[in-house]
Amino acid sequence: MGKKWSYRSAWSARVLVGVLAGTFFLFLGIPLAALLIREPPAMLWISIQQPEVFQALQLSIVTTFFSTLLTVLFGLPVAYVLARTRLPGRRVLEILVTMPTVLPPVVAGVALLITFGRFGLVGRYLSPLGITLPFTTAAVVMAQIFVASPFFVNTARAGLEQLDQRYEAAAYTLRASPLYTFRRVVLPLIRPALLSGAGLAWARALGELGATITFAGNFPGITETMPIAVYTAAESDLESAVALSVVLMAVSFGVLLALRVGRIRAE
Amino acid sequence: MKRSLHLFLLLVALCSTVAACGNSSSSSAASTPSSIKINIFAAASLTESFTQIAAAYHQLHPDVTITNNFNGSQLLEQQIANGAPADVFASADMANMMKASNAGLVGDAKVFVKNRLVVIIPVGNPGQIMSLKDLARKGVKIDLEADTVPAGHYSRQALMNMSQSPDFGANYGNSVLANVVSQEENVKAVVQKVQLGEVDAGFVYRTDVTAAVASKVTVLDIPDPFNVIAQYPIAVVKSSANAAAAQSFVDYVLSMAGEGILAKYHFIAVNP
Repeated sequence: MGKKWSYRSAWSARVLVGVLAGTFFLFLGIPLAALLIREPPAMLWISIQQPEVFQALQLSIVTTFFSTLLTVLFGLPVAYVLARTRLPGRRVLEILVTMPTVLPPVVAGVALLITFGRFGLVGRYLSPLGITLPFTTAAVVMAQIFVASPFFVNTARAGLEQLDQRYEAAAYTLRASPLYTFRRVVLPLIRPALLSGAGLAWARALGELGATITFAGNFPGITETMPIAVYTAAESDLESAVALSVVLMAVSFGVLLALRVGRIRAE
Repeated sequence: MKRSLHLFLLLVALCSTVAACGNSSSSSAASTPSSIKINIFAAASLTESFTQIAAAYHQLHPDVTITNNFNGSQLLEQQIANGAPADVFASADMANMMKASNAGLVGDAKVFVKNRLVVIIPVGNPGQIMSLKDLARKGVKIDLEADTVPAGHYSRQALMNMSQSPDFGANYGNSVLANVVSQEENVKAVVQKVQLGEVDAGFVYRTDVTAAVASKVTVLDIPDPFNVIAQYPIAVVKSSANAAAAQSFVDYVLSMAGEGILAKYHFIAVNP
């Protein structure tokens, strides 16, 4: 292979990557920009000040905070089990954890209803105790966890699988306890994976519509999150739906950017 | 890992195949090739009745092939405005027909059928609803459509009409609305939640209690003086290449035979 030829091939590869990546960025970017262009910034400011919009935004932020927290709390052990143990049926569990991303969200909502609804498989035992889940804020959080947690679990699992186990082995030879090793050795090393997984799960939960509206319903202040408010607004007034979406995009962009900056600092 | 990926891809393929099948909203009523083809753009609530009307019409006119496109009236109006090849437009409300008419897209519109609201209750009757008055009892869980959805708007109007009557009392409407646990985006979502027994009662169109749902819910009628009656207009699309056939189909819908089929699906005939 001549030197000249390899130069040319490197150059053409660069052009190819540039064209493909550029096209893709435009494909994602133009529709988002179209939303921004359609709405003058003043309109956004007005829409965010409307009490019902503020209420929906507040509910979205509170519910996604709790759903992400619970996803990390329960999802990290799941990721660990899937990455590190050789449980029989582990492959099936891996698929099970991914299933909610394949399921249309409305179907996920129906699944939750026929499980936790008042005549559901589990719900029928809860209602005599005075616990009803549908149409509550707790149901919003549950729907978000159901749909969004796979993003965290799979990212955390990938992080754990790529981690060189010799670090842990070294800690054990120094007589560190498993919990101490996990906290002081494993966690800091997989931190980037955990942060990006939590970011993904949070973003998915923030945009959640189908499962929430099916399982939790739509009531202002209790179950009406931002995406549901956007959906309701689109029924009568497209302009205000676009304004609400831009607000939602701005908030998520801010949070994801903060996470990214936090991650770069951590590294 | 590789095996699970294979399985996953297989499942994705399966799901998308099923989804694609479920999405096909158009149905052809003909099996033999014919010279004239007309496309009927009809509101989603007309799915069952218009499928049967198309079949009946085709038997009378074997040379005409009918393709139905069912969707929300608002979407149909937008499709026609953007040049979709429609020959007949049947809307579930006057508003969207007016829009099409004002834009010069359709000819004269005629109301061909009416629809009324009812209250449906799950068969187990978990809320112990015996009459409309029970809907105002504290603790009853009620589901209806958001105010932006026509059915939701009509439901609120009907409730306010009832509040005007001494039989129900001035507070009736507000007490019922205070029991609302959710405001759905469409009528079918209300049917779904009532059917599953998650709410004690819901407001829907009479025609939403289809054969598939009838065994799972009980219908409580709202008396006509209080009820809000939805009107369904039909018109020939001006850009139709087969205007004569389209007009003939519209005439059939308005005929005794057409009205008879619609009545079978619990629509209220305009010319009884």
